[in-house]
Parts: sequence; C-alpha cells; structure tokens
Amino acid sequence: MKARYILTGAVLLLAAFAAHGAKTSGLDHAGSNVFDTASVQRGAAAFANYCMACHSMQFKRYQRLVQDLNMSEEEVLEFLAFGEQELSDYMVAAMRDEDAEEWFGVVPPDLSLTARSRSPDWIYTFLRSYFLTDNGWDNTVKELTAMPHVLVELQGIQRAVTETREVGDELRTEVIGLELDRPGLMSPSEYDDFVRDIVAFMEYAAEPARLQRERLGVWVLLFLSLFTFVSYLLYQEYWKDVKK
Amino acid sequence: MAKIANHLNRGATAVSDWVNERAGVGEFYKKHISEYYAPKNFNLWYFFGSLSLLVLVNQLLTGIFLTMHYKPDAELAFASVEYIMRDVQWGWLIRYMHSTGASLFFVVVYLHMLRALMYGSYQKPRELVWILGVTIFLVLMAESFMGYVLPWGQMSYWGAQVIISLFGAVPVLGPDLVEWIRGDYFVADATLNRFFALHVVALPLVLLALVVLHLAALHEVGSNNPDGVDIKANKDEAGRPRDGIPFHPYYTVKDIFGAAFFLLIAAFIIFFWPEFGGYFLKPDNFVEANPLVTPDHIPPVWYFTPFYAILQAVPDKLMGVVLMGAAVLIFYLVPWLDRSPVRSIRYRGWMSKFMLALFCLAFVRLGMLGLSQESSTFELRLWTFVYFAFFILMPIWTSIEKTKPVPERVTH
Repeated sequence: MKARYILTGAVLLLAAFAAHGAKTSGLDHAGSNVFDTASVQRGAAAFANYCMACHSMQFKRYQRLVQDLNMSEEEVLEFLAFGEQELSDYMVAAMRDEDAEEWFGVVPPDLSLTARSRSPDWIYTFLRSYFLTDNGWDNTVKELTAMPHVLVELQGIQRAVTETREVGDELRTEVIGLELDRPGLMSPSEYDDFVRDIVAFMEYAAEPARLQRERLGVWVLLFLSLFTFVSYLLYQEYWKDVKK
Repeated sequence: MAKIANHLNRGATAVSDWVNERAGVGEFYKKHISEYYAPKNFNLWYFFGSLSLLVLVNQLLTGIFLTMHYKPDAELAFASVEYIMRDVQWGWLIRYMHSTGASLFFVVVYLHMLRALMYGSYQKPRELVWILGVTIFLVLMAESFMGYVLPWGQMSYWGAQVIISLFGAVPVLGPDLVEWIRGDYFVADATLNRFFALHVVALPLVLLALVVLHLAALHEVGSNNPDGVDIKANKDEAGRPRDGIPFHPYYTVKDIFGAAFFLLIAAFIIFFWPEFGGYFLKPDNFVEANPLVTPDHIPPVWYFTPFYAILQAVPDKLMGVVLMGAAVLIFYLVPWLDRSPVRSIRYRGWMSKFMLALFCLAFVRLGMLGLSQESSTFELRLWTFVYFAFFILMPIWTSIEKTKPVPERVTH
C-alpha cells in the first residue's frame, strides 16, 4: 500500500520536475498584454508607421484587425493601411524583396509569428538594446544585426558601457550595459511603453485566436468542472453496491 | 400517445432483432461490455487504458478536420497551418486539440505501460496483450514522428533530417535506404507527401487494427488487477467471477468520470497553455522550414527524448542506433524476463520496488538529458546503463527476491 503511494508520488514529482525546465534568458520582461485593446491598437499604429515599410505580416489580414481591435473599417484603412490597400489584403511590406537585398543584404523577416518563434521578451529587449559604435549600429540581443535602429528618433542614441577583462591570456572587451548618450523624443519610460505596445500587437498578431481562446476557455473549464463533479456523483451512486 | 409509443417500441425491437439475427451485435455487446467481468479493485492506474482510447478517437476526429484544410506541399504546408490557425472557423481549436492530444497520448500511454510493469499485467496468460501493446507503442512513435513533420516548421524539417539520417547507419544499405525513405536527396516535398499519406491513412489503419486486437486479446483472458489475483479462479454458481463486476455500467461510469477529469486538464492546456512552455509546440517550429539554415539545437519532442538520450550516450552512430532501437524493442521481452511467481508489486520484495523506481528515475532523467545540448556523457551513460540493467537483470532479482503470499481474493 505505502509503496504504491510513494511510487505514484515519485512519478508525478518527476514529471513535474521534468516539465519545469525553463531557462533564464537574460531578457527583460516585456509585460505586454494582448487583452489590453488600447495598447494593441497603439502597437498596431506604431507597427504600421515604423515597421511595415520593410517587414510584412504575410498571414495577417487588415480585415481581422477590424473585428479584433475594435476599430471601424475606415479607421483601419486610414491609420494602419497605407497606399492602395483593401481590407481583405494581407499586411505586406512596401519594400520589394530585391530592393531589400540590395540595401540591407537580407530580406527583412516576416513578423507574423516572431512573438511565438522568439518570444515577447526577446522583441521587447531587442528593440531597446541598440547602441551606436564607431562602425554603425549594433545590438546586444542580436549581435551585428542587419537591421538599422529605426526608432532612434524616439529612443535617442545609446552607447555601450564596456569592461575589459582578462580571460586566460587575452584581454576581452565586453559590453556590460548601455547608456543614453543623446536623448530622443521620448523619455526612457515612454519609450519602454511604446515598445511594449508594439510587442503587444505582435503577440496578438502571432496568434489572433488567443483573444477568443482564453475567453472561451474559462467557460469550457467551468463546464468540465461541473461535468466532472456530476460524473463523480454518478460513479459514486453506481458503485455504492460494489464498495459495500 | 401510449399507442404510438407502443408501436415505436415494438418497431425498434423488431429492427434490433433483425440486425441481431444477422450480425450478432448482441453477442458482441455482451461479451465486451455488459458481461465482460472486470476485477472490482481497479485503482487510479486503470484509467489510462480507456484514456488512451479517448485520445486516439480525438486524434482521428480532429485529424480528419485538419486534413480538410492542410496542404501536404512543401511550398504551402506551413502557410496552410497558419491558415487553419487564423481563417478556418474553430481551426485553432481543432489544431490545438490535435497537437495537445499528441503529447497527452504519450503521457497516458507511458502511464498505462508503467501500470502494466507495476502489476505484472504482461505475465502469463497476458503475453499477447503486452506484445500487441508494445507494437501499438512502436506504431504510435512512427505516427507521431511523421505527424510532427507535417507543419513544416524548422523543427519539423530538421527533426526529420536527423531521424531519417539515422537509417544511414545501417551497414551497406544505409545511404540507399535513407534516399528511399526521403524519396529525394534531402528532406523535401516528396518526403512531406509520403509522410502525409502514412500519417493520415496507413498508420492510423494499422493503429486501429492493433487496438482492436489488443482489446480482443485482453477480453479473451480478462483483465489483471492491482493485486494480481486471478479472479476467474473464484466463480459463483452462475459462473461469474466473485471479484468481478460487469464492465457496463460499473466501469463505463467510472471511466466517464476519469475521462471528464482528464478532459479538464486537457482543456486547461488547450485553452491556456497550448505550447506548454515549448514542450508541446516548439518556438522554432513557428519558423518555416528552411533547408539552408540549420538550427543551433535540434532536440526531439519530449516523448522521444529518453530514447534520443540513449542514442547520444554512444559515440558510434551505428551502435547508438542499435542501442536506441533495443531500448524500445526490449519491452517485448519483459514477459519472459520476469521470473517472479507473483504479478503485483504489492506482493513482491523490495528489489522489484527498488528496480522499478530506479527505472522510472532513469527514464525521466534520460528524458531531461535528451532535451539538453550540454548533457554530460557520463550521466548519459550512467542512466542508459540503469535503463538496460532494469531489463537485463530482471530474471535475477525477480527469481531471488522473497515474495509475500498473494491473497485468494482481491483486497480493495
């Protein structure tokens, strides 16, 4: 009897232990919220203004924004879609791939699913981690990224704080932090909020169904709890004569 | 009113009689449901068989709906999955039910197998039930591996690349075999197409057939129980086992309760945590397959990692593959490796308990090591050794340990 419980407990504990292997990544916590419609709306506008010149969301239709972001069709077309766009169109970048290759050396990646393939925290930290070096822009999250700092007018110019350490026989210079060298149009906390909105929009865009999923989920769990309870009563009722 | 009801009733009886005389449905129902006597002392561990069946049905049904929208084409596959997630009505729900179901399938199957190991359910006369079960497990592994390739993300692609290349370790035939499996010189459209065919038609048919045989074989000999007592040895005047109860209604209502509780957990994952922290849906698989970009780390899905760790424990590719295959196939031998005179762990000695616990530890630890890129070779080998020691030494500890007397009747 006792061995049975110990074994059961051990198995469950181990399973929980195994499932809990989350790594710490050194990324800042985005704190974005896809259920904050205002934040997602602001993020959508920022995305349309600052990102969509180069980046597409090939799986995202403008139409869906109307329904999910609580905006009218006119508003979506006016604030989020530029040029000759229809509501049924996908959110595709203005830049042609060939031009991108020529200007940046790479085609900017599609951002439909980046919040899922990287993580909201990654995007949040990435957009706040540009710094200017003598050779141009660099980023602590993605070293030597091909992407220029498009938000520089808002954030301002950051420079790296470095430290030179002796590693074995050689001296190594490492970036240990970033400091604001020339302020931009926004204060650091305003800029953080601005980026957080973009992240919220990208998180929403990566999985639009999430809005519906979690709202519906609550009801499903309530129903199944009730069903489990009723089925337990039924089981008890039938088994009364067996358990005598 | 009563007259109409009477007519309807008589009509229904006539139809069921007509069918019965021709198909023996009633006989079948009696044998497998209403007069299938199961021991009355099943505990929590006995839910996982019916839950496996529930998940199988879920996979089949959601799979059918996914097939209606999915495109098995290297150019279109990835986008068609996103189309399902975004534009198909309830597509996201169907897809998450299928992806979560795949992982939960292995959860319930692993627990179902552990149950059998604990209570000696593979011992005589249930060897065939066990053999069919291990075969189901094998086919399930193939089925899930091929299903994982279909979304055509980076992990789908490179996972397939790694696993298929393992066949290259086969002497002489290796390279040709790999090419034959892929249908191309690299994992490509041809591979995706054939995996689709196998995943949605061939293997589900095989699985279903095996499940039918697994149940038929079980019902022929009857279910084991936590005491390992043979309930058929003690029957009443009517020939019914005294410790048995009809499957219906007793176990149907009990299994409905189990299913409801299981669905509660499944629904929580489906609606609130479908990626399950990257274990059920990997972040890298949200990037479309790209043959030119190899990901830094290509770990298999969690349910394969114990076996993957065993592969990694061996420096030689061929030996690694052989050992990994052996790790799965060795389950077939369990009915003959176990020499214990008693079935259930309840009446076995400390050695059985210790070895089974150690085996579980090795399995889980190997699973964790297989996920990581920087596992120590020493630890990999240590747990691989423990894993195989459980099976190879089984004839020894099961025959030397002191067992307790098994009661005549089931205890609880």
